[in-house]
Amino acid sequence: MSEPSNQPSQRVSRVVADLPPSGIRKFFDLVIGREDIVSLGVGEPDFATPWRICEAAVYSIERGRTSYTSNRGLMALRNAIAEYLDTRYGVNYHPATDICVTVGVSQAIDIALRAIVNPGDQVIVIEPCYVSYKPMAILAGAEVLVLPTFARDKFQPDLERLESLVTPRTKALMICCPNNPTGTTYARSTLEGLAEMARRRDLLVLSDEVYAELTYEGEHVCFASLEGMRERTIFLSGFSKAFAMTGWRLGYLAGPRDVVEAAVKIHQYSMMCAPIMAQYAAIEALRDGRREVEAMVAAYNERRHVITRGLNRIGLPCILPQGAFYAFPSIAHLGLSSEQFCLELLAQTNVAVVPGNAFGECGEGHVRCSYAASIEQIRTALDRMGDFVGTLRPLERAAAR
Amino acid sequence: MSRTVLQLLRAEGPMAPEEIAERLGISRDEAAAEVKRLHDEKVILGYRTVVNPEKLGEDTVVAIIEVKVTPQREVGFDAIARRIYKFPEVRTCHLISGDYDLLLLVEGESLRQVASFVAEKLATLEHVHSTTTHFLLRKYKEDGVILHDEDESERLIISP
Repeated sequence: MSEPSNQPSQRVSRVVADLPPSGIRKFFDLVIGREDIVSLGVGEPDFATPWRICEAAVYSIERGRTSYTSNRGLMALRNAIAEYLDTRYGVNYHPATDICVTVGVSQAIDIALRAIVNPGDQVIVIEPCYVSYKPMAILAGAEVLVLPTFARDKFQPDLERLESLVTPRTKALMICCPNNPTGTTYARSTLEGLAEMARRRDLLVLSDEVYAELTYEGEHVCFASLEGMRERTIFLSGFSKAFAMTGWRLGYLAGPRDVVEAAVKIHQYSMMCAPIMAQYAAIEALRDGRREVEAMVAAYNERRHVITRGLNRIGLPCILPQGAFYAFPSIAHLGLSSEQFCLELLAQTNVAVVPGNAFGECGEGHVRCSYAASIEQIRTALDRMGDFVGTLRPLERAAAR
Repeated sequence: MSRTVLQLLRAEGPMAPEEIAERLGISRDEAAAEVKRLHDEKVILGYRTVVNPEKLGEDTVVAIIEVKVTPQREVGFDAIARRIYKFPEVRTCHLISGDYDLLLLVEGESLRQVASFVAEKLATLEHVHSTTTHFLLRKYKEDGVILHDEDESERLIISP
């Protein structure tokens, strides 16, 4: 007989046992076996990987290229990444020493944190944010400080409040722009404010820019391109979002030589290298995938308008997201918690969205709606959500009283 | 990074101004004005439906015909091309570079009908040197649209 599941196992590490389960985990179990679900709960493109990229991977297999690669990744891929970062964002990384190809951005975050954190160091995360930042930092031995952001500020970080969190033990700040789950991009002035503080308070910045290509208004500003930031930034990105390559698990980090060297040390012992087929695919993506990226971005852009107008129309206030493929409307006025809202919505209408508090406490009162879904699916979901919100109106009035 | 009204209509066919406005994040009036301009200036000539003939079960015969012609003084290829494309059997007529001059798509109800069009009309025209007829066996992709059903990938319902 196995032990009762509510008893913490003695065999599991205390650090791991204390990690809260992902807030979206329970939805996995709920949706299993249900049919006719319209999902706006997915954090990945609904497009298949562009064919030229798949074809390049198939060709690499046909040629028998099935070996390990250098720990840092194929030189040809690192050259392509360096050229891409230079031409697209104006930042220079030496392919031999400043770049490491990883198994998705998630692994890049993991090894970057482990490369810099000493026991007791603090890492600041700006919430709402991707679900793995906090657990990864904790597993790396860091104490995590949270800066909450709010819809009333368009989810821009309050720089004064941020500065008040910083102590002599603070090692790094993690940012994600464009942001999952809010779809926010930071204004250039905000980014410059963050950079100025990083210089003054001697912080490293882990900048997750995996959604950079999915920027709909203005140009993406690469954090490392800001004054003095090339030496303080660990740039994190990957192929999942822009090139619709989530299942290939391919990302990379780029940064100052010493930090990358340290990350590579962890990478070589824990992962060895990213899969070679995915690396060949990625070379093709960077070399010739621009047209496909632009077509996908144009499609997301249209869906962005459709979903934002739709959400506001059915009474879920939502700011127009500037990047990524998420809308983050408020449901706070309906008298339900984010989690109750999502559970009820799923139970009554078969529409899946993700509770905002899965991305941090300050995400409470919001739900994340992914618009990486077809316009038809988005419209169907909006119709069903509209009916559902209609049934909640009496509750809303009761809550107001 | 957003599509123009024309790109949207070209890819997806006719659309109400409200729909265009919502998709592109512009006002209804802007959308309506742009559609009107595109029609007025004859940038948009019409809208078609892409059909998979196999599913339709219609047994029309399509031939792709290469035609060698002699260009004529002053009018070049235009006069002979016009003479050919005015026939309703000719669905498509392109002037192209290479070993032959005109590429036609000719549609008929039967092999015989297409053959007789080629033998009696096309090949006998003055300035037409020679024709090579290829009968179409199967359409895989037409105007950017893949005609057979592709498997949909199964994504998780919820992912971070």
